[in-house]
Amino acid sequence: MSTKILIPTPLRPYTDKQDAVEADGATVGEVLANLTTRHAGLKGHLYNEQGRLRSFVNVYINDEDIRYLQKEQTPVKAGDTLSIIPSVAGGAPVVEKGYDPISSELPSLTNDEVKRYSRHLIMPEVGVDGQRKLKAAKVLCIGAGGLGSPVALYLAAAGVGTLGIVDFDVVDFSNLHRQILHGTTDVGRSKLASAKDKLTAINPEVKIVLHEVALSSQNALTLFAPYDVIVDGTDNFPTRYLVNDACVLLGKPNAYGSIFRFEGQASVFATKDGPCYRCLYPEPPPPGLVPSCAEGGVLGVLPGMVGMIQATEAIKLILGVGEPLIGRFLIYDALRMRFRELKLRKDPDCPVCGTHPTVTTLIDYEQFCGIHPAAPEPTPVADNATEITAVELKRRLDRGDNLKIVDVREPNEYQINRIEGSVLIPLGDVPKRYNELDPQDEIVVQCKVGGRSAKAADFLRSVGFKNVLNLKGGILDWIDKVDPTQPKY
Amino acid sequence: MLAAGVDRDIRRHGAETFPHECCGALIGDSASGRVAAAIALPNTTEEGPRRRFLVRPSDYRFAEQRASELGGELLGFYHSHPDHPAQPSQFDLDHAWPTFAYVIVSVMSGAAEAMTVWYLEDDRSTFEEGRLDVDENSDSHAAAAVHG
Repeated sequence: MSTKILIPTPLRPYTDKQDAVEADGATVGEVLANLTTRHAGLKGHLYNEQGRLRSFVNVYINDEDIRYLQKEQTPVKAGDTLSIIPSVAGGAPVVEKGYDPISSELPSLTNDEVKRYSRHLIMPEVGVDGQRKLKAAKVLCIGAGGLGSPVALYLAAAGVGTLGIVDFDVVDFSNLHRQILHGTTDVGRSKLASAKDKLTAINPEVKIVLHEVALSSQNALTLFAPYDVIVDGTDNFPTRYLVNDACVLLGKPNAYGSIFRFEGQASVFATKDGPCYRCLYPEPPPPGLVPSCAEGGVLGVLPGMVGMIQATEAIKLILGVGEPLIGRFLIYDALRMRFRELKLRKDPDCPVCGTHPTVTTLIDYEQFCGIHPAAPEPTPVADNATEITAVELKRRLDRGDNLKIVDVREPNEYQINRIEGSVLIPLGDVPKRYNELDPQDEIVVQCKVGGRSAKAADFLRSVGFKNVLNLKGGILDWIDKVDPTQPKY
Repeated sequence: MLAAGVDRDIRRHGAETFPHECCGALIGDSASGRVAAAIALPNTTEEGPRRRFLVRPSDYRFAEQRASELGGELLGFYHSHPDHPAQPSQFDLDHAWPTFAYVIVSVMSGAAEAMTVWYLEDDRSTFEEGRLDVDENSDSHAAAAVHG
């Protein structure tokens, strides 16, 4: 049985210019199969690589879309007419770019650069034009630490033309297990000086711009303005909100990453139609609730993984290829070796990127995050009543005073260093274990630098301990002033 | 080759719908490739008109019918790229039909700028850019083909 098939204009070149042809078959699928056997040129336009009808190809039997019948199994009766009707679809690239370079304005590649980037150039997704886009691109890396290290190293190697880095820190021994921009001989040097040496060694073609300043609400907009993509490698909430807000205000994409212990997070924020960090977290957590890497630790290889995701996203944004991590929040669990993805939506009520923003200029982010500038020095009298210095503690111990030293750090910290004779009660255990202590004793509480022990001291006083002193500066000060034989962390 | 009025109509349509994409059909003479009329069509995409356009089957049928009423043929479609260059996207390529002329107008900050025309290669691998001329003298019948 032969069925008439109406052919739309764009497919007529494949049917000898006929607007109607005939093919046999008992179902729509069979008729179409016979049609494409007879007119082979139709096949690639009607079916995708998996052999399924393309989504923009509509097949009607008489006046009904076969999607609402039995699809390709829809039976064909004598006298039925099939119509192939195009849906015409398209649109601008979804990829948000920090800029839209006009091809002719892109810098050309030197012969040395062609050699250096040859493995990029032979990829269709990069190619010569893509590499020229990378060369024209300006990326600003906030921080030359755990995340900033792999981001800067790989972006420089990949040929990003201008790489800015903001940092004002000095390399410390405790950085080296993860901040691979810096080596042992760099300890004590500025991170930027160390970074520039490494990056130039990897790729002298890249222009490295050093910004040795603390990022602030006063300088962020000016600093960000010349760049196309901002990569957030910060380790604290005030700066994270500052980077987010500045990116939204300037309309620059933020390749975001953060790390803690075994867990990493990444996303791309502040693109034109995508969500920002505040759509996810409108308010910062209370101060002290989320520990920093310095307080909670971080697996050394973790920033490598997360920084790579940020660098990859930055490169995709520049090239305008693939699916950027916009509206998606990636969570990486190194212990279980799993990636999870949360969908994020742009919040119309977002205070900074919503339809009626209330934040239209950069604010005081320390205050926003509940962190107050250092209070004026407390009076010495109050000090003496609640605090004791390392030197004074040593003097009193030597004198034979009966002091009970309570170390409120975690057991793994206690393994690294401790004051002889101290007992370990981690801060979290103090409320259920304080009855191991005698309220009549004179007690000295101590942690790493004095923050956690101050909380423990307040708690002990609240449950009736009369004589509690906090070791000022914690064990670090003790080691500096009294016992330099012990290691610091 | 676009009739001067067609060029103006497409640019105006793109500017009017900015920041959303506009779309429409191109009708003319297939032998010369001259586009005599642009028919504005509703953008029915459900994916957000800022970045997408979709012409429904019913509107496609309408366009073919309108073409034969005007004594011409459906030559292709146009759409705008708000704040993006007049370069076809991967999405355009994935959804393209052979032989159709795809005219793209770039609308930057609300003003229509570059306009280009593209044809799908037969193996669907890429678009080939065609030449887009505007026929300033609309009475002229000596129009050259847009097909390259």
